Order: sequence, then C-alpha cells, then structure tokens
Amino acid sequence: MSKTKYSTDHEYVRLEGEVGMVGISIYAQEQLGDIVYVELPNVGVKLSKGDEVAVIESVKAASELYSPVSGEVIEVNEALNDDPALVNTDAQGNGWIYKVALSNISELDEMMDDAAYTDFTS
Amino acid sequence: MAKPEIENLKKTVLYDLHIANGGRMVDFCGYALPIQYSSLVKEHIHTRNSSSLFDVSHMGQIFVNGADFEAKAKLLETLFPADILSLKSGEMRYSVLLNEKAGIIDDLIITRAENGNDVFIVVNGATKENDFAIMKNMLGDKLEFTLNEDLSLIALQGPKSADVLARYTSIANELIFMQSGAAVIAGINVYVSRSGYTGEDGFEISVSNDQASKLAKILSDNDEVEFAGLGARDSLRLEAGLCLYGHDMNEEIDPITASIIFAIGKQRRIDGGFVGAKAVQDIIANGVEQKRVGIIFNTRMPVREGAQLIDELGNNIGIITSGSFSPTLEKPIAFGYLPKDIAKIGNSVCAIVRGKQVFGSIVKMPFVKQNYKRSIN
Repeated sequence: MSKTKYSTDHEYVRLEGEVGMVGISIYAQEQLGDIVYVELPNVGVKLSKGDEVAVIESVKAASELYSPVSGEVIEVNEALNDDPALVNTDAQGNGWIYKVALSNISELDEMMDDAAYTDFTS
Repeated sequence: MAKPEIENLKKTVLYDLHIANGGRMVDFCGYALPIQYSSLVKEHIHTRNSSSLFDVSHMGQIFVNGADFEAKAKLLETLFPADILSLKSGEMRYSVLLNEKAGIIDDLIITRAENGNDVFIVVNGATKENDFAIMKNMLGDKLEFTLNEDLSLIALQGPKSADVLARYTSIANELIFMQSGAAVIAGINVYVSRSGYTGEDGFEISVSNDQASKLAKILSDNDEVEFAGLGARDSLRLEAGLCLYGHDMNEEIDPITASIIFAIGKQRRIDGGFVGAKAVQDIIANGVEQKRVGIIFNTRMPVREGAQLIDELGNNIGIITSGSFSPTLEKPIAFGYLPKDIAKIGNSVCAIVRGKQVFGSIVKMPFVKQNYKRSIN
C-alpha cells in the first residue's frame, strides 16, 4: 500500500518510489466547494517547498496551492483541463494535480499520516 | 481554510435552521449567513429548475409614515429619482439613492403597499444604516422613517415557487412581477412581493421575526424547495445581469455608466427635482466615458472582480467588477467597465488573470434569460 502524507494546508503527497503525487485532501475539496478550473503547473518546473504551484478555482473563489514538497514537476493531471470536478469527486485518486520528483524526501517526515490528519481535521 | 469566526456576528432568526440544514456560515454584511449548504452549483441549478429558499433578512426594510400617499410620494421624489407618484397600490419600483454627483449610494426597491397608503423601501444590508440616516436627515421633519428590525425576509425563487406558494395562498397566482400584497400562509401574516434577485420568477416574503422560522420550515417542507445560500444567490444574479452594490456600483459610479438608467423615471430625467438630478441631466446630455458591459470568456478560467481589461497595446482600459463561473452556461461570465466606444456588443476584450491574457466577448445582458412573470395567463 502506498504511503500518503498531509500538510497543515490540506495538500496530500502520495509517495510512489521517489515520486510524490500531490493534490488536495477530501476535506479540502469539501471546504472549497464546486471546482470549475485548475491552473496546472508546467512540467519541468523546479519547486521549493512552499512555492505557489497551482490555483484551484471554485465558483466563488480562487485558492492558491503551495507545494508541500520540493522537487521537479514531472507530470500534471491533464484530465483536469476537461473535468476539474474530478478534484471534488475523487480528490485523492483521479483528482490528483501534479507529480514531483522529490528532491528532499525527508520533508515527508514532517507531514501528517492518515491518523494524524484525521485528528487535525476533526 | 480556517473556519470563519461567526460568534460575534449578528444572527438572523433563521440561524439555527441554517445550521440544522448544513449551512456553511460566513460573515456577510456583519451577519452570519450561509454561503452554501451542500453545493453552490447544485443550489444554483435547483433555483433555475425548481424552487429555492434564501434567507435575505440582512436586508433593510424601511417604512415611511406620516402623510397620505400622494404627499409621501411627492416628498420621496425630492430624494429618489424614481417615478413614485405613479405607483399603483401594490406596485414596486427599482430605484437608486444618489449623491449630488449622481454617484450611487445604494440601489433599492420602493413599494406602494396594497392598502394604497403605506410605503416601504427595501435596501441593501451593508448600507441600510446609512440609507436610513440620509432619509431621516433629508425628510425626517416631514415624514417618519422606521428601519424595522423586527421583520425577516425570505426569498422563494425559481419556476416552481408559484406552485408551492399557491398551496397556501391565492396571492401566488394574482400578483405579477413587481407587484405585492398582504397574505396569510398557514396562519402566519406575511407581505408577499413577486420579485427577487435571481432572474427567476419568485417571491420575497416579509414576515415577523417570531414567525419566520416556522414559515421557512413550512415552505421548505415542500418537495420542490431546497435551501440555497449566498454563493448561489451571487452566481444567479450575475447570470441575470443584476448589479451588486459595493462591487458593480458605488458612490463614484452613476446609473447611466452602470447601465441601470431604468432606475430613473423617464419623465423625471427631464423634470429633475431629486438629489443628483443636475448631474444626471449633464451626464445624459454629454454622454458617459465608460459603460458597464457583460462579458463571456472563452476558456474555463474565471475572471474575477479586480481583473484589469487591456487593449491591443497592453494599456489598462477597464476593470472587472463582478466575475464568476456560470453554472448554467459553464463558462466564465463577468461585468466590466470599458470606455464607451469599446463597450459595444460583439467586441472582443482581453483580461489579465495572474499575468495571463484571457480573451472574451461583450454580450447582451442578461447572460441567462430572465423568467419573470409579467402577465397573468
């Protein structure tokens, strides 16, 4: 089973080898409401933890997504261009936003696991 | 994403009902009101197809007393640019409160009550205290104004609203758009107006605070009716081409520039005699510099309030004052102000969002056809 970690800003990183799949948590998408547009990063962009990497827009507001981890963007979820609501319907699956080649895997150690995140959001 | 601090806000009497129905409460004009319940888009679409209940009790209900109707109307016309004298019993009229420069202090609806004598004015929640002070300052020695805080206001909006209301009162089938009258719903005394802020047929129901929750429960128990929040109210009014005070209108913008000249009575534009009349006449005679227009954008990226509009050379030529994603059209829509010679239907425009150029076209408003009940079948 893959390992998922969460930031206090409600992003998740699912670890697949050296690659982190990043999106927003199920809790976060509930808070944002109906998502109508996701501005994806460019492949090849090098991120430091905390960099603004994407923008998620609901009907009522735009919310910046700050990368919870450092590394290079190696893939973005193009399916969101046609169906941004995937972030609502399957936030931690088909609603992922980008994949990053992690440059500092120890950053994940500071993030919350499932149980800690469940506590954090309850 | 912290939960909004709502403890210190004013609460409408429907507060507990909002919480019980899963309303996500936010600060709106100092009131704790639901931005949405389960889904803004679902609430929006439901309003277009069925019937939604909105709590708009934050709005101000100002009553005018102290003379017969004709005397009241003549005095009110010295302040407001609407044609008030010609209102028939039960009729309502959209208007504005202007400053001397014709800047919009508020937009509002003036109603001559069904009894023929009473007059009341419904104003925006954020501006009600200021409006009330202006009315008292200008006319308080001749008329008595009361900002009635003992009343709630419930809007029932959508094409099935009349069928729902007709189960309780025949007035649902007697009024047309912008008419009003007293009624009794399940034993509760109410004052019903066929009006709203969604572009759909619907009603705004004034009811005493102590009966408002009971009324809201009775209406929402109908299968067609769902609760809808302020988020859907905003996207609905934007699709319907309706301005939001403080965003699309303010004290620096006159009604002609805002494309709401219909808020000023036709004869009154000529005769004057209201606050701001001279400025209105000058603007009509000399033309405006800018106009409010409706814009549909070509991509899915919403273009929101504050986004700059640029010309081919990259010069700033205008600004977006309201913008969102239209759930009905599934495209971004917006109101923007542009120079008069550019503000023409069919012209293309370019907005800047996060440094990127987004293209769109000026279209006729409303974006979505209004479905007002303008005649009795």
